[in-house]
Amino acid sequence: MQRRDFLKLAGAASLAGCASAGTPSKARVVVVGGGFGGATAAKYIRMWDPSIDVVLVERESSFVSCPLSNLVLGGYTTMTDISRGYDGLNKYGVQVVRDEVTAIDAGKKTVRLARGGDIAYERLVMSPGIDFNFNELQGYEAAMQSGSVLHAWKAGPQTVALRQQLEQMRDGGVYVISIPMAPYRCPPGPYERASIVSAYFKQAKPRSKVLVLDANPDLTSKAGLFKRAWSDLYQGILEYRPNSRAVGVDGSTRTIKLELDDVKADVLNVVPPQRAADIAQKTGLITTNNRWCDIDWRTMESKAVKGVHVLGDATLSAPAMPKSASMANNHAKIAAAAIVELLNGRNPEPVKIINTCYSFVSPKEAMRVSSVHEWEPTQGTLVPVKASGGVSAARSEAEGNYAWSWARTIWADSLA
Amino acid sequence: MRCQIAIAAALACLAPAAFAQTAGARNLAASCAICHGTDGRAVTKEVAALAGAPREQIASRMRAFRDGQRPATVMHQIAKGYTDAEIDTLAAWFAAQKR
Repeated sequence: MQRRDFLKLAGAASLAGCASAGTPSKARVVVVGGGFGGATAAKYIRMWDPSIDVVLVERESSFVSCPLSNLVLGGYTTMTDISRGYDGLNKYGVQVVRDEVTAIDAGKKTVRLARGGDIAYERLVMSPGIDFNFNELQGYEAAMQSGSVLHAWKAGPQTVALRQQLEQMRDGGVYVISIPMAPYRCPPGPYERASIVSAYFKQAKPRSKVLVLDANPDLTSKAGLFKRAWSDLYQGILEYRPNSRAVGVDGSTRTIKLELDDVKADVLNVVPPQRAADIAQKTGLITTNNRWCDIDWRTMESKAVKGVHVLGDATLSAPAMPKSASMANNHAKIAAAAIVELLNGRNPEPVKIINTCYSFVSPKEAMRVSSVHEWEPTQGTLVPVKASGGVSAARSEAEGNYAWSWARTIWADSLA
Repeated sequence: MRCQIAIAAALACLAPAAFAQTAGARNLAASCAICHGTDGRAVTKEVAALAGAPREQIASRMRAFRDGQRPATVMHQIAKGYTDAEIDTLAAWFAAQKR
């Protein structure tokens, strides 16, 4: 008993060298990024082992959910409704630091903060999300800075700006959404957005059009359900063009340049190709196609940098695994379980996880895709469990209610 | 480094086998929280509150979802991803949680 206490104290001093809050602890984990992945990891590590110190570094003052943000574009919900604070993590003893990590020294096991100072860690969790390959779209950055083209693919100021552009657009105008080649964040997201903007036009600007320019050969998610909704609800409003990859934009004329022709828009919403966020690149975590971070799916530990666990959209996706909020939240639980085991000197076991994603196709109707993923030792990755998973039988208001229930629940599971 | 190994070994000795089993159940159950709430404590009235629900009820419903005997919007597809043993593990774990 005495011996155990001594060992704990010795462990705190030698493993982490951390003096935070003055209490002895087993080790310190630093989490970079407070989205669905990072916030969940911080909470669950503390829940499952309160003797581990957890510091969460997040640059924004509050969390804004990408899921349901398309409803803001239609005027069917508000930014306030889809935002949450970080205070809910206090009760788990997570130390939330509002700052930006500018550099990581994986050899010394420290992260550097923009406002100065280093934090030492025993294990690092990186949930940095995505950044964009703007250079694949000629003229994009200048056009975005002038406000004449938006992505709104990170919920926040661009979501608000895109809503304003849609409200200000003349009746009879054309909204163009351009979708990059998969993989990108939230596969059904662009099709949901096209549906919701169509619903808004149908109600408020009935002579207006929605043009979907998809770089992919077909819808990348819930194709049958979206096509059914479009033909039932938005005929004459929404037009879908596959194999239409954007190569550039002209902000001054709101024109999108495709490989073969140009299309002029009144509201131009171009979602650029994506990759793991800048800090992942800087840290050497990107392993594949200069875009994604390969990890060990039993622990979420980087295959490139030891002691660093990468979660969420930044990862090189496992087979048939989407870049989704549900996945980021459950990646965090794999990482939390592994980190707790490792810091207690035990071996982590693989964890089976569930994905569920809802998409709205009208203000109240939604549909869903689900899958269950388990560790497959011969392939060395997570794979969908045979015969499990699938999509909704049909879009419905009941599924719309479940979509809101899922959102409120996962926000709470991640942040409160 | 030597010190780290010594401490890891010492801590490993303190971990009873029962803890590992509980951690396995806890980890398996954690994924359900995206819809059913942390530790199965439901956030909304749209979904079943699993925390503290009778073990037999959770297990029999999961099997009924899986076998297509109980109507569902999503659980019939998710339940097919779990073995009988996993369903029993989940049921026991959720039944033991505080409401």
